[in-house]
Amino acid sequence: MKKDAIDIRWHGRGGQGAITAAKIVAKAMFQSGYEGVVMVPTFGTERRGAPVFTSLKISTEKIYDLSPIDKPDIIVVLDHVLLEEANIVDGLKEGGTIVINSPCSIDDYRFEGRKVAICDVTTLAQQAGLREGIVNSGIIGSFAKATGIIDMDLLVTAIREEFSRRRPEENAKAALLAYENTVIGG
Amino acid sequence: MGTRQYGRSTSHSEPGPGDAGRTGSWRVVRPVMDPSICIPAKRGTPACFICWLYCPDGVISRTVPPAIDYEYCKGCGICAEECPTKAITMVEEACFIQDKE
Amino acid sequence: MHIIESGNVAAALGVKLSRAQVIAAYPITPQTPLTEKLSEFIESGEMEAQYVPVESEHSAMAVCIASSSAGARAFTATSANGLLYMHEQIQWAAGARLPIVMCVVNRGVGAPWTIWNDHQDSISQRDTGWIQYYVNDHQQIIDGVIKAFMLAEEVMIPVMLCYDGYLLSHTYMPFEVPEASAVDAFLPPYKPAYALDPENPANLNTVTMPDVRLDAKGRLAHGYMEIRYLLQEDLIRTIDVMARIDESFRKHFGRGGSPYYETYQCEDAEFIAVSLGSLSYHLRDVVDMLRADGFKVGVMSVHLYRPFPAEAIADALAGSTGIVVFEKALSYGYQGALCSDIKSALYHKGVDGSRMPFVHNYILGLGGREIRTTDLCEAFRKSCTEGAAPTDELRWLGLKI
Repeated sequence: MKKDAIDIRWHGRGGQGAITAAKIVAKAMFQSGYEGVVMVPTFGTERRGAPVFTSLKISTEKIYDLSPIDKPDIIVVLDHVLLEEANIVDGLKEGGTIVINSPCSIDDYRFEGRKVAICDVTTLAQQAGLREGIVNSGIIGSFAKATGIIDMDLLVTAIREEFSRRRPEENAKAALLAYENTVIGG
Repeated sequence: MGTRQYGRSTSHSEPGPGDAGRTGSWRVVRPVMDPSICIPAKRGTPACFICWLYCPDGVISRTVPPAIDYEYCKGCGICAEECPTKAITMVEEACFIQDKE
Repeated sequence: MHIIESGNVAAALGVKLSRAQVIAAYPITPQTPLTEKLSEFIESGEMEAQYVPVESEHSAMAVCIASSSAGARAFTATSANGLLYMHEQIQWAAGARLPIVMCVVNRGVGAPWTIWNDHQDSISQRDTGWIQYYVNDHQQIIDGVIKAFMLAEEVMIPVMLCYDGYLLSHTYMPFEVPEASAVDAFLPPYKPAYALDPENPANLNTVTMPDVRLDAKGRLAHGYMEIRYLLQEDLIRTIDVMARIDESFRKHFGRGGSPYYETYQCEDAEFIAVSLGSLSYHLRDVVDMLRADGFKVGVMSVHLYRPFPAEAIADALAGSTGIVVFEKALSYGYQGALCSDIKSALYHKGVDGSRMPFVHNYILGLGGREIRTTDLCEAFRKSCTEGAAPTDELRWLGLKI
């Protein structure tokens, strides 16, 4: 692993759009000057509803190792129920951050030595005018707020581009609402 | 003298007599045409030409009367089989050798 | 313009920019998104080509053979068992000297059924007379497709552009998409010396006699053996042509300079790892780690595998102490095919009695078995410290038996 690398692991369910979310962040990070950007989805058998994860590696230099991330700096969870089903926080670095789409209170989560960020993206996305269950644009706003590693304007531009034919304004609004309503603790 | 100058790097053959040598020597039976029964020969006009159409070796001409190129005709007998007036008969090659003698 | 997309999309964009005229393909994981993308390009009118949906890979190659014979620029893509199903037509395309380009999205072969990556599929097609070119990232995929058409049409030999299934086909990374006008300036339309012509009918590749023969025009025509000799002669010539095309590509697009292989930290390396595809990039991280521990190591990534640029590869490797070949395929019953080829290439270097590097051969990652950086590092370190081995025994990495 490169010294300056940021390893982000995204957890969601098949069909939930974790790959699209990671791709949007990848584009924005590349535009902000990171030359090394690699997004590695779960290989092979993605089925709707089944837990999936995708690895996003970011570095100032070209990335040569395409293997999945086992020690992430940041974990993003698109559905809080997944925390009950799989060991999602596995390998999260000391001092790392976990971003969760959850209607629960920040006090319900405790990960020793890690930062937690909570946002009810599911509800906010519907308020933004999206169909129920579309959370991949919204979670990007929470990610931006919790990590501070990327400018929100770049992300919103990348969201509008990615969803250019699928409600770009509503998706952008969902991200902005999530950005404003993310609670950080831990 | 080899094939270096051939100009192609694949197996390629074009239609024409003699692509496999003088195949007339393969013939055991010879098609012989009776002009008194052959339609174009009898009428003196271009007609029928079923033999020309069916010949797999292209050795029958589309002329009045049709002519068979014995240099390349292998004697398969398809023309005799297809001729609607049975103007072509297949004759043992040996008969022609005896004739010469 | 740089975009972030998957390797399959990079390949599809390369095919579009190359203005392929006929696409015939049958979907198979992990190739599917590539041909889906091409069918979208054609359906939307972005790409002017015929997409021929076929019922099998055998037919896909048959359609490519037919359309290429008719003078069209033809493309197909497949993986694993799909490639094997094409096998008979693959040989035909090479013998018929048709400049078809095919992406092989590398995947392990059944049985047992697997959808994950290794190199057994394309390695098993090594001896079919096709050009095989392995690439390591998305930029090399898109550039490689464009160069492949150029190369195929110059030497009239079909090209397999091989890239790792999933590892490259389904990962996303940035790459530059060349301008269409720049690609047009580099790659002219395909002008075959002979194309099917109803006015001048011909029989192509019918039964060809063991000996030479006079054709209908009285010219001395090839027998089977001359045609096969010419395929070999032109494959050997391809090595120089590849270098020329790579140089021309570099002038047009500013990328290239390693037509046969890419090296990393090999200048002063005592030990050199050799590999195909994305694994050779993964090994760069391993080289960095071992260099930090004081080992003089480097890695060579072989791009052009057939024809095998034996002389260039032997020259680059001959001065080292040890060579460690990491392979995701093997010639069952012997060893890794690349390892055998490298040893064979080195043979004449040792004829005069000069010291030969030892060669170790690791087999790893079969059927998508995880390749851990730490495992690679330990294996390479072990080879460096151990030195020449008394036997030629294969070493397996990541095996849990």
